[in-house]
Amino acid sequence: MTASDIRSDVEHLLRTLAPAVLGAVVRRFGDFAASEDAVQEALIAAATQWPNEGLPEHPRAWLIHVAARRMTDQLRSDIARREREAFVVRQEWPFADPAADNDHADAAPDHDDTLALFFMCCHPALTPSSAIALTLRAVGGLTTGEIAHAFLVPEATLAQRISRAKQTIRTSGVPFEIPAGAGRDARLASVLHVLYLIFNEGYTASRGDALSRTDLSDEAIRLTRAVRALLPDDGEVAGLLALMLLTDARRAARSGPDGALIPLEAQDRALWDRGAIAEGVALVSATLSKGAVGAYQLQAAIAAVHDEAARAADTDWPQILALYGVLKRLSDNPVVALNHAIAAAMVDGPRAGLALVDAIDASGRLAGSHRLDATRAHLFERAGDVQAAIAQFLAAAGKTASIPEKNYLTAQAARLAQQTS
Amino acid sequence: MKYMLMMHAPKEGWTTAGIGTWAPKDIQAHIAFMLGLNEQLKAAGELVDAQGLAGPEDAKSVRARKDGTPDTDGPFAEAKEFLAGFWIVDVDGAKRAYDIAATISAAPGKGGAPLYMPVEVRQVMSAPPTEQ
Repeated sequence: MTASDIRSDVEHLLRTLAPAVLGAVVRRFGDFAASEDAVQEALIAAATQWPNEGLPEHPRAWLIHVAARRMTDQLRSDIARREREAFVVRQEWPFADPAADNDHADAAPDHDDTLALFFMCCHPALTPSSAIALTLRAVGGLTTGEIAHAFLVPEATLAQRISRAKQTIRTSGVPFEIPAGAGRDARLASVLHVLYLIFNEGYTASRGDALSRTDLSDEAIRLTRAVRALLPDDGEVAGLLALMLLTDARRAARSGPDGALIPLEAQDRALWDRGAIAEGVALVSATLSKGAVGAYQLQAAIAAVHDEAARAADTDWPQILALYGVLKRLSDNPVVALNHAIAAAMVDGPRAGLALVDAIDASGRLAGSHRLDATRAHLFERAGDVQAAIAQFLAAAGKTASIPEKNYLTAQAARLAQQTS
Repeated sequence: MKYMLMMHAPKEGWTTAGIGTWAPKDIQAHIAFMLGLNEQLKAAGELVDAQGLAGPEDAKSVRARKDGTPDTDGPFAEAKEFLAGFWIVDVDGAKRAYDIAATISAAPGKGGAPLYMPVEVRQVMSAPPTEQ
């Protein structure tokens, strides 16, 4: 093993251990913000020491011990300061080594702690960008620098975002626990939504080996696997993991060597990751057979239908249309309605699709979105109305905030213009 | 989502009513306002970059000649406005970017009165592409 292999193994191990370590320290000391800082310091200490000095006998206990020592040092200095200020300490503080009993404890508290961490970091009181940053650091074990790099913002800015998120948790009194009853499903939905956003962000930074350390799509899949290990019977958790796997399976085919976007129907399907597709299909099949159906499971089922077609022409569009019909009834989302219109066009012809797109446009719910124009462009082209297609491709290109997508849409307009000249 | 906020200052009256003609305490108040805003944006975890630009007196427009060497032109007396500074912020939505732009627009000027400068808000192309 090379030195860099050892380093990467250590980093992997640290990030696997991070949530359980943080959970144990938070449970012991209560103060989430300070515990999180202490665990970050312990992780950094381990990342520098372990590759040179070898792994400790009990890596998790080592981390808990180091983090707890930082916490007690901090508490001691806080208390010393307060004593100097003649402050009477009312409470005992936990000087005991939490690693001593945690190391031999059952797996169950670990599970609960990690799950409670997910619920805390993805609390609906946080803005999406704060929840994403906090989840990647506290649960994912990424450093502030790595997260800042992935989102292309200065490290100081990202550090402030995390610190603000912790402050929000403190001021809104978010407890470190697994919510019970009806609130639990809503809170789990927040967790899944944050993981889904992290996965989507990964599309921008998913190229090149140098970025692999902070590859957000991989990280989202890893974290979703962790949630699934904690909640193996939850259909939507399985559905989200399946959706990620089935989408990520197309990664290598999704862009050309120059970074150009390649749409689903033009992708070289030999490049698709068969292993990821098989795992995703198995997951979604198993969960759908259980009955209860959610939005992630349906989206995963649609992705599975695409992924199972050997050629684009073999795609089972009637089945996709039916699935979008169910999804549309389940979630009142204009993007779902637009995808339903695309599927309708594939089954009933482009004019049927265009009529549905007009209805979505009239609702005003996708006003200003390039998706409407891009969908119309494709449908006009299929309907043979080349001039309308060119105009819509150019309109879409002007509105998208994605560079590869803008290039793709502009190129489509140019291709059609060349055909007519 | 990242946005670029471009603060434009009127070219007309730049030498007769521009910042160089303000009272020192007005200039100080203006600078303190901008520094304070940047600190707030940093503390909110939203600041990506912020830069003020040197005055338009030495602004040059450059084009390549046929041999690739720079052909410089300017400054341009006829321009109505010039770019005075820019911010790049990473925020949760356009509304927040507009709010920040409005704050910049109302920065204090001569006598502490709001300048109401036009601030152009443009989204930075950093979104992931959409996939069906």
